[in-house]
Amino acid sequence: MAGNKQVVSPLPGVFYRKPSPEEEEFVTEGQKVKPGDVIGIVEVMKSFTEIKSEVEGIVSKFTVESEEVIDVGQVIAEIE
Amino acid sequence: MIKVLKPGIEATVQDNGRIGYYELGMPPSGAMDKFSYSVGNWLVGNQDGAASLEATYMGPALEFQEDATIALTGGELPPKVNGKSVSMWETLKVKSGDILSFDFVKNGARIYLSVAGGINVPEIMGSRSTYTLCGIGGFEGRSLKEGDTLHIGNDQQDDVKEGTKVSSEFVPQYTKQHEIRVVVGLCSYRLTEHSLQNFLKTEWTVTPEANRVGYRFKGEKVEFIPREQPFGAGSDPSNVVDLGYPVGSIQIPGGVEPIALLNDAVTGGGYVTVATITSTDLNRIAQTKTNEKVKFESVTLNQALEERNAHRSNLSKIKDSIQQQQ
Repeated sequence: MAGNKQVVSPLPGVFYRKPSPEEEEFVTEGQKVKPGDVIGIVEVMKSFTEIKSEVEGIVSKFTVESEEVIDVGQVIAEIE
Repeated sequence: MIKVLKPGIEATVQDNGRIGYYELGMPPSGAMDKFSYSVGNWLVGNQDGAASLEATYMGPALEFQEDATIALTGGELPPKVNGKSVSMWETLKVKSGDILSFDFVKNGARIYLSVAGGINVPEIMGSRSTYTLCGIGGFEGRSLKEGDTLHIGNDQQDDVKEGTKVSSEFVPQYTKQHEIRVVVGLCSYRLTEHSLQNFLKTEWTVTPEANRVGYRFKGEKVEFIPREQPFGAGSDPSNVVDLGYPVGSIQIPGGVEPIALLNDAVTGGGYVTVATITSTDLNRIAQTKTNEKVKFESVTLNQALEERNAHRSNLSKIKDSIQQQQ
């Protein structure tokens, strides 16, 4: 568990795991990510902001559902 | 010059607003929190109306390419220069090459960066404010993007000493619960008495649809008094014959979710507006964010005007105290 990194939302809004309803999820649990990889987007004020991983590792789990309203500082996912 | 390394979201150039075109359908735009905007300008010795940068929720990263005097006011997006925390509500000096960035927003929603001289963008219809919906004013009519370069203007009138501060008694404290004063009207007669009371009792939640145009709230549905559709009004019970919407007026389309119309909003239309946020508290609604709670407190027009006078007196005390520190 050491080295587990939390991905935190820098802003409040609606969290999405897909770029659009018809497309695949950016990443799925168990998938490997590198720094800069997009793991989701947050919509607020009619703007979409990409949430990127800052570390390399495996996305162990998402802690919020897609389309859930989240708060600033809320943990979105964990990366091992 | 100031180079935009990271744009944040919705960072725009704003001033006192584009005043005098409301009847043509042109909203004023301008700083959403005029209190923080004005105080910021005083802390850097600018004349009133100099343009500042307004950043919402997530601040930009900016590289100063010349020495500058700056101040940061408004919501608490903890600012850092070259990675080191710096104070808000205080006159700061930055050197060419310094990088200003911000941590995650703690309290409030919008921060203002004032620069001695102001942000130099062309004046459009008497204002440097950005109105993004029409793509006019500010920096090319839009929010900042990575790689933009902002120029510093000549709107400085006084030198202000580094370290000049606003006394903590005047620094607004923002929490996650907000009481926002409103004057009930213009079309509140359309609500049932029960619904009007409920509107004032409900703790409303700010939805993700909250920006410079308006803030949409979730809470309780409201009921309208049955009526015969007047000539010129839409068929929905929340429709009236078109009227001008004051900045800060709160409409409830379909009776479902109230929307407070703010600086970039439509200037008129045919929805009932049940109350209007006082000019003093427009500064505070600007510092509420998505997921926070808002209660609307009804005040009379006289109380609102007294509150405005008290607010103006605080502003002049702040101005005096800045002068006394020189």
